[in-house]
Amino acid sequence: MVKLYDVLLQDIRFQEGLNACMNCGVCTAICPASEFYKYDPRQICDLVQSKDEEKIEELLKSDTIWYCGQCMSCKTRCPRGNVPGLIIMVLRKVSQELGYFTESEKGRQQFAIKRVIGENILNTGYCAHVNILDPKMHPEQGPIWKWYKDNIQDVTDRLGANYNRLGPGALRKIPEENLAEIRKIYEVTGGMDFYNKIEKYSKEKAKDLKMSFDEQGINNEYFYHVYLENKNNHQK
Amino acid sequence: MEVKKHYWNQYQKEIADDDYFYERSCIRQTFFPGSETTFLRIMKEELGKNIMDDPNLHTCTGIGYHSDVVAFDTTQTVCARIFSLMTDSGLKNYVPSCVTSFGLFTELIETWKHFPEELEKTRENLRKATGREFELPTNIAHPSDVIFKFRKELKEKMKYQLVNKHTGKPLKVVEHIGCHYGKVFSQHSIGGAEFPHVLAGMIEEWGGEVVDYPERRHCCGFGFRQYLVMANRGYSVANTKKKFESMKPYKPDFIVANCPGCTMFMDKWQYTIAEMEGITYDEFGKGIPVLSYEEMAGMLLGYNPWDIGMQTHQVQVESLLDKIGVEYDPKDKYIGKSGNYIGEPEKPENLKV
Ligand code: SF4
Ligand code: SF4
Repeated sequence: MVKLYDVLLQDIRFQEGLNACMNCGVCTAICPASEFYKYDPRQICDLVQSKDEEKIEELLKSDTIWYCGQCMSCKTRCPRGNVPGLIIMVLRKVSQELGYFTESEKGRQQFAIKRVIGENILNTGYCAHVNILDPKMHPEQGPIWKWYKDNIQDVTDRLGANYNRLGPGALRKIPEENLAEIRKIYEVTGGMDFYNKIEKYSKEKAKDLKMSFDEQGINNEYFYHVYLENKNNHQK
Repeated sequence: MEVKKHYWNQYQKEIADDDYFYERSCIRQTFFPGSETTFLRIMKEELGKNIMDDPNLHTCTGIGYHSDVVAFDTTQTVCARIFSLMTDSGLKNYVPSCVTSFGLFTELIETWKHFPEELEKTRENLRKATGREFELPTNIAHPSDVIFKFRKELKEKMKYQLVNKHTGKPLKVVEHIGCHYGKVFSQHSIGGAEFPHVLAGMIEEWGGEVVDYPERRHCCGFGFRQYLVMANRGYSVANTKKKFESMKPYKPDFIVANCPGCTMFMDKWQYTIAEMEGITYDEFGKGIPVLSYEEMAGMLLGYNPWDIGMQTHQVQVESLLDKIGVEYDPKDKYIGKSGNYIGEPEKPENLKV
């Protein structure tokens, strides 16, 4: 059987990110995630470089790897040139490829991100777009956001945008031939397979949890479950 | 102390002079489309530069990549398609509007330098998927780098300065460069992560004073998945709050941010904190106005604040406009392109407008 450590090592970001961590803890001192969550990038590096297969598997199934905010602050200070944020990216990739992500509350959230951001890239050519930011899902955006959305064409026209029309300009409609090429890129590079894995393992988990699961969209019980669930045992 | 002041000089970078290929940002287009319009207006009308806005552009996948749903090979190849569009245009100076894109493109360039086989694989993938070829840019600069480069020329054309017209004193400005501008590859940014100078250089040139507060380099808290998923947003707001608390004693007149995400968070989390906890970070319960650097430049050049998008902020900007003495018509604020009055947004309960 292939060792998990060797799977991690196949990713060049892992090779770049880990060069003999000396456990100094400088990354932890600067890390915003470790201030908020039960999270310690020093421990991640130490555990991974121990090559302990059992512990690595446990890590891949845990909430821990999902706490990092990928700010890359750790990259600026590590005396050994390590990048815990990059190591986390590889751990998350492998966790999703093997279906381990559905074992943790924070890992299961990948399904919600795939359905919103992931689908939006393929359907519109934007990762985030004004159309997908529903004021009900984003109360923090305040009354100004509702006003902006309610009057989107008139407001953005005044700001020189080209909302939902073809041609250059902000918020323009991206022509279909471009979207077709993006989809083709996804097929050739394994991007579509990766999406399908997130779907497959999430569907299995929804079944385990006896929750309804639709093949598309966000109006299903499992989506809201992963989007909102918070056991509140993550913080320090 | 003089020596310390100039540390940022060690992180100087090449910034092209003219002939730019502009890549729009999903986040900036969504929240601050007027800022992108303003940048292009400054480039063309004030500086007389050639800059292309290609309608065939699309996301770099950056937000999907950093929230771990887009595979690295996919991201590399989607970005390569953007380079291929640039190659078709004959331009070589790449200017990505988003800080996430900027960080991602510097990561790709460095990756391809150290792992040429990744570049080869990406070329092969793009060819197979689309039949396209691409060349690498000769120069990558964030639009704020370009404004920084021409800050003296722009000053000559400015109608206003970052000076309080009542006291004659420089305005106190908090600047935030955004993690992925300086932390991914420091050598690609002005001042690196430790000595942020891209916005500070504009502020100082245009008459203001930079607030050097303890948490100046701390992340705004976006954290990608930490904001995108509702259950995680406590992370995001807690980190921004840490910055607000650290800057508050310095009584900043406004905040200017490099990254569209940071600009939006520093604006919207002030509203959230005011509504949830009744806390604001200014003396009058109105919050600290947050501007993009394009808005800061446009405002000083005398552009109508409501044409550049300053009415789309939750923290109102009038206190700042009044301090500087910017002329504006309050009745024009909620007029759309159609010329019709489109009504006012509801007022928040706690945050004063
Ligand atoms: S990238 Fe992750 S591990 Fe590194 S400092 Fe940021 S939150 Fe911490
Ligand atoms: S700063 Fe670098 S060497 Fe120190 S604990 Fe973190 S990863 Fe290890």
